[in-house]
Amino acid sequence: MRLPAPVKSQPVRTEQIILFRVSGHLFAVSSASVQEVRSVDTLAGAAKEIALAGIRKVRHIVQRGEHSLYVVNGAMHFGLPPSPPALVFVLRRTRTALLVDGIEKMTTMTRLQALPQAFCNEERDWYRGVTAIDQTVVPVIKPEGFLTPDELFLLDTSLQPAEPATEIGSDFTNEASTETASQDAQPLLGAAPYGVKDADFAQPATDDSAIAGTAPGIFEELFRTPELDGSANTSSFAGAAPAVSGSFRSPDSNNSISTGATPYSSRGVLFAQLDSDDSASFPQ
Amino acid sequence: MSPQTDSESFVLLRLAERRFAVAAGDIAELVAPSRIFRFPHHTKEIEGVILRRGRIVPVCDVAARLIGKSLLSRRFYLIAQRRYASSTEWVALPVTGDCELIFAEMIPASEADLPHVAGWLSHNGDVIEVLNLNALTPGPIAAQPTVPVEVLHQEALR
Repeated sequence: MRLPAPVKSQPVRTEQIILFRVSGHLFAVSSASVQEVRSVDTLAGAAKEIALAGIRKVRHIVQRGEHSLYVVNGAMHFGLPPSPPALVFVLRRTRTALLVDGIEKMTTMTRLQALPQAFCNEERDWYRGVTAIDQTVVPVIKPEGFLTPDELFLLDTSLQPAEPATEIGSDFTNEASTETASQDAQPLLGAAPYGVKDADFAQPATDDSAIAGTAPGIFEELFRTPELDGSANTSSFAGAAPAVSGSFRSPDSNNSISTGATPYSSRGVLFAQLDSDDSASFPQ
Repeated sequence: MSPQTDSESFVLLRLAERRFAVAAGDIAELVAPSRIFRFPHHTKEIEGVILRRGRIVPVCDVAARLIGKSLLSRRFYLIAQRRYASSTEWVALPVTGDCELIFAEMIPASEADLPHVAGWLSHNGDVIEVLNLNALTPGPIAAQPTVPVEVLHQEALR
């Protein structure tokens, strides 16, 4: 008599996440979406101030190569009471550097539930979904949800030099005033400005893509999988999370440096990841 | 001519001094209050979420809309099924008292009734609203049908 072949159980599908706090609230972000974690102190010299009345959550811009990163205050983005941020997350494949209060821990999630449809406002652009970690429900942020295409357009436009006041067919251009205006705009530039069409950001995902996850590159390919329990609300993740290089240090640690990665600037980098995808938007 | 009636089972729920009814087929279970997890969002009807049987269920306080004030105390969460265009999800409704399963005939709502009223039923001398959860709880706004540009141009030329 032959015994039936043992049924092989499906491997548990997981995704590595970083739990972080903003103004006392706990959030999660896929570790694959975080390119670097830096202390805010290291931004002090590199960041330029920017003041756009309509987008108060962005007060600084960091030039990185030929691209600019907008520093988004997490508390203001989520409408939370202000709190002093200690860290900044450079989010992969976006133009966002996110100010957060601190990191709670790194952990693994095995199940991501789509945000219930009862949530029907801006939060649908903020979160990929929700997960339960140690009997606590944590929203998983969508990295590209911090700045809408409209906001990026406004920010990019604010960085562009003033256009000369010329009109087609006009013979009365005031060259002197145009030159002055261009010179005045110079300190704002720092790099060739570019508009929304050139920006390397993803459109807000639809609900379906939110369920499938928004992690980019290899991560996305590895983790686009069928659902765990057949529920339309639940997604799961295939394979193991990509190896995370680097190390976490406390914000006040001076000699913190990641391993195995080449961060933009070694000073003050608390955590960085090897480029496991084709994130060409941030050449290092 | 008497209005058309349906004989169905309903769950009566209590919000402060008032009672409302929900079709029993829309009810999943009645559970004791558990920890509400709150995170930032802009849907004002939603208080937060609870964990129930491995699911993350939004808590929707419908009292403000039905009786004009939020509930200060709650005894149970009535977990109901909310239908969306392509799926059904659970939503937890805080209630202040015991719930009761009854059988009654529902008089369908008229055009004069509010959207969240699915109908009316009579029970122990009270006239009770039957709730339409799809209209009472928040959800995605259905896209408005758009008129083709060609039609607008043709109308403009007339």
